[in-house]
Amino acid sequence: MSKQDNQWPLWEVFIQSKTGLPYKHAGSVHAPDKEMALQNARDVYTRRSEGTSIWVVLSDNIVASNPDDQEAFFDPANDKVYRHPTFYVMPEGAKHI
Amino acid sequence: MDTKEALFKYCLRLADNNLVLGHRLSELCSNGPILEEDIATTNIALDLIGQARHLYQYAAEVEGKGRTEDDLAYKRAEREFYNTLLSEQPNGDFAVTIARQFFIDVFDYYFYKELLNSKDERLKELAARAIKEVTYHLRHSTQWILRLGDGTEESHKRLQTAVDGLWMYTGELFEMNEVDEILIKEGIAPNLNDIKTKWESKVSEVLAESTITKPEDGWMQTGSRKGMHSEHLGYILAEMQYLQRAYPDAQW
Repeated sequence: MSKQDNQWPLWEVFIQSKTGLPYKHAGSVHAPDKEMALQNARDVYTRRSEGTSIWVVLSDNIVASNPDDQEAFFDPANDKVYRHPTFYVMPEGAKHI
Repeated sequence: MDTKEALFKYCLRLADNNLVLGHRLSELCSNGPILEEDIATTNIALDLIGQARHLYQYAAEVEGKGRTEDDLAYKRAEREFYNTLLSEQPNGDFAVTIARQFFIDVFDYYFYKELLNSKDERLKELAARAIKEVTYHLRHSTQWILRLGDGTEESHKRLQTAVDGLWMYTGELFEMNEVDEILIKEGIAPNLNDIKTKWESKVSEVLAESTITKPEDGWMQTGSRKGMHSEHLGYILAEMQYLQRAYPDAQW
């Protein structure tokens, strides 16, 4: 018999460290609703000035790929090195590519 | 009493409020109801103790007798502390912790907003720093008041009991004495009567939304402006000051 989970719903926390940068997954928090999830995320994950903005998403709303699908999903990319932009000659003087 | 002495005592009062409440909240470190709230409460404790440090440093400078922030925190006796009785009340259950915090957060929010207009540059700087922290503290405690009050039958009952029990300590927040009179005249300190009006309106609004009945104003506890405290402060200081009392001037 499985033990009943009486904890609050789980939320995934994403933090943007600087304006313009992508949000990165920081971890998760338990919270009864979205406002509290945001506050808990702020308290738990931004204590050392890690962020300028936070997203919280109910973990249930995240669709994840199945580890069993790993071969079919990701292995075909392994022998297609031409998909990496490494076969171009860098123009002279272009520094920030 | 001259302005300097008034300013010294005023800084002590503000610092003591923050230190004692910060200490109370620090007691919840590792004892919070859930991990997230444990960290939130500890963050708030650290904010308050940080504010206390700046105020003690300034108080020590104003006094000019060579005492340090540590001397002021660790080497004064109970009767020399001016923190409100509300700030020293025990954590109780979570509803008591939150009700105490909410009453003080609302006060601090309007107080520091007013202190931003102080003619004393240092207090003005302190207020500018504190207001950002306090704005979050108020948001945190308000959200909890709403959820506990308008939550389950049990949480509502507990919060109502907490609010009723602590109400008699709220009158003291707005007491003024000679210190205030002198500093208000100098444009350094805000008039607490103005803060009281705002405090009452905010507290009424949030309690109403949370379905908690606001208690009638009755007899109010008093004493801290004169250094008279409830029995709780002695225990707090005994724990907080133990090391400096047992090993004077011990260093890290």
